[in-house]
Amino acid sequence: MSKNYFEIKRAGINTTFQDQGRNNLYHIGIPFSGAMDNRNFQISNKLVGNDLNSPTIEFAYQGPLLKYFGDNINFAITGDVKFMVQKKNKVIEGKCYQSFTLENGDEIDIVTTNKSVYGYLAVSGQLDLNYQWSSCSINTKANIGANNGKKIEDGKKIYISKINKNLNDKKLNYINTKIENIRVIQGTNFDYFSDEGKNIFFEREFTVSKLTDRMGMRLEGPKIENIVDTNIKSEGLIKGVIQVPADGNPIIMLSDHGTIGGYPKIGVVISADYDKLVQLTPGSKIKFKKVELADAETLFKLYDLETQNLISQI
Amino acid sequence: MIKNISNLGDAALYCDFGTEVNKEINTKVIQYFKSIQQENIDGINNLTPSYNKLIISFDLRKKNFKTIKKLIENLEVINQDKLVSNKIKIPVCCDKKFALDIKRLEEKLKISRDKIYEKFFSKEFFCYMTGFIAGMPFLGDLDNELRAKRLETPRVKVPKGSVGLTEQFANVYTFESPGGWNIIGNTPRIIFDNSKESEPNLINPGDTIIFEQMTQDQYKDYNE
Repeated sequence: MSKNYFEIKRAGINTTFQDQGRNNLYHIGIPFSGAMDNRNFQISNKLVGNDLNSPTIEFAYQGPLLKYFGDNINFAITGDVKFMVQKKNKVIEGKCYQSFTLENGDEIDIVTTNKSVYGYLAVSGQLDLNYQWSSCSINTKANIGANNGKKIEDGKKIYISKINKNLNDKKLNYINTKIENIRVIQGTNFDYFSDEGKNIFFEREFTVSKLTDRMGMRLEGPKIENIVDTNIKSEGLIKGVIQVPADGNPIIMLSDHGTIGGYPKIGVVISADYDKLVQLTPGSKIKFKKVELADAETLFKLYDLETQNLISQI
Repeated sequence: MIKNISNLGDAALYCDFGTEVNKEINTKVIQYFKSIQQENIDGINNLTPSYNKLIISFDLRKKNFKTIKKLIENLEVINQDKLVSNKIKIPVCCDKKFALDIKRLEEKLKISRDKIYEKFFSKEFFCYMTGFIAGMPFLGDLDNELRAKRLETPRVKVPKGSVGLTEQFANVYTFESPGGWNIIGNTPRIIFDNSKESEPNLINPGDTIIFEQMTQDQYKDYNE
């Protein structure tokens, strides 16, 4: 066992280990998983000098309280997060997007995310985790990944197998922006819905409901009427697909979604907007804006360039 | 063979093979699925074959709709005769503690449970697809007399190993999960094993499945 570890004094609401996720398993029913907000995930790794796709600790709303034992190590938190670092004689108010050094006995208390859902904690080293299909990402539905596919629990330990000795301070000036307009491409069953239903989808406001997790985001608002059939023969799904079941309330598939589904697809969230979509808290208002495929491709290129730019500034 | 290729969002291809659910169309889907899998195309993340559709998702950093579409249109498809199809026997115990919905089925279908089991166990099933939850096989086709709708209110927890029926299909719950299928028995056989990374699924699309009735004692003593 490694001598460097965190003791989990409080696990938090939905704390998991996440990396870039796993590929090529949809056909057997295993979703992609991986960090929900890919940009913040990668930035957290860069801030501590890790490979961009190293495993991190992902938390939602209230994060964990961790006590550290071992040699000095750096950590960084990304997202919009309130946290404290408890040192021997003082408490430091944490700041996102910059690295801090932890000494033996220090504590990180991730109090809450501010008007957002997910945050990332990366440490300058390698978390000692089990991999399944080349990923440690925890999928709590199928119990796949590190920690036997279960959320992180109180009282357990997180070991760090290799520490980077290079503890340079790193920092990035970045502020997460919120979006209200989610851009979508029409879905493959768009014509299943009444003209009024289609108009409602693109013109009215929806509210993110409390029934939202890593699998999906349920929306509430005006009902979208289906005039063809409220079921289709089950077929594959991808993240970002917006299905509308018989009750007329849209559901957006997120990273741990079921791999096949039988509800008509009214739209698909474009790749460029996914990281921001997942950060919308219950009660947030959203509107869907229609874009064409070519625009979506350009928007993603720009978004990806921006992410790479941010990473290269660190 | 693909009737139409369109885009599902900006990072997936939606290949439509038709609207019906039958072995012939599904076999075409499987042919394409296996052919693309063999090609190992850089940038393709995932393939999801279903009854009559194939979804190909890709990494938008590496590929786009046009490039993947072109690759698929020019793909050399494996001959149908060369598809590997296994014959798998699944033992099922139909004791009343496992057959959660047999009474409901008797009432809905208006035939006796003996008749239901007789028809179910005399059938050879074809695996159309696996998924929804890891490793769950969708098997067809049930006799017309055995076709019933889902439960009006799905169960919050269907026990692992449950064998269920709905419409023209049978399935097996590979682990405990919510679900609305009519449960007629339970199998001790492991259908999904996540410790076997190379082949976690016992049943794959294109396979032939035969269910065999087992007693409670056989269930208890079952050893793979």
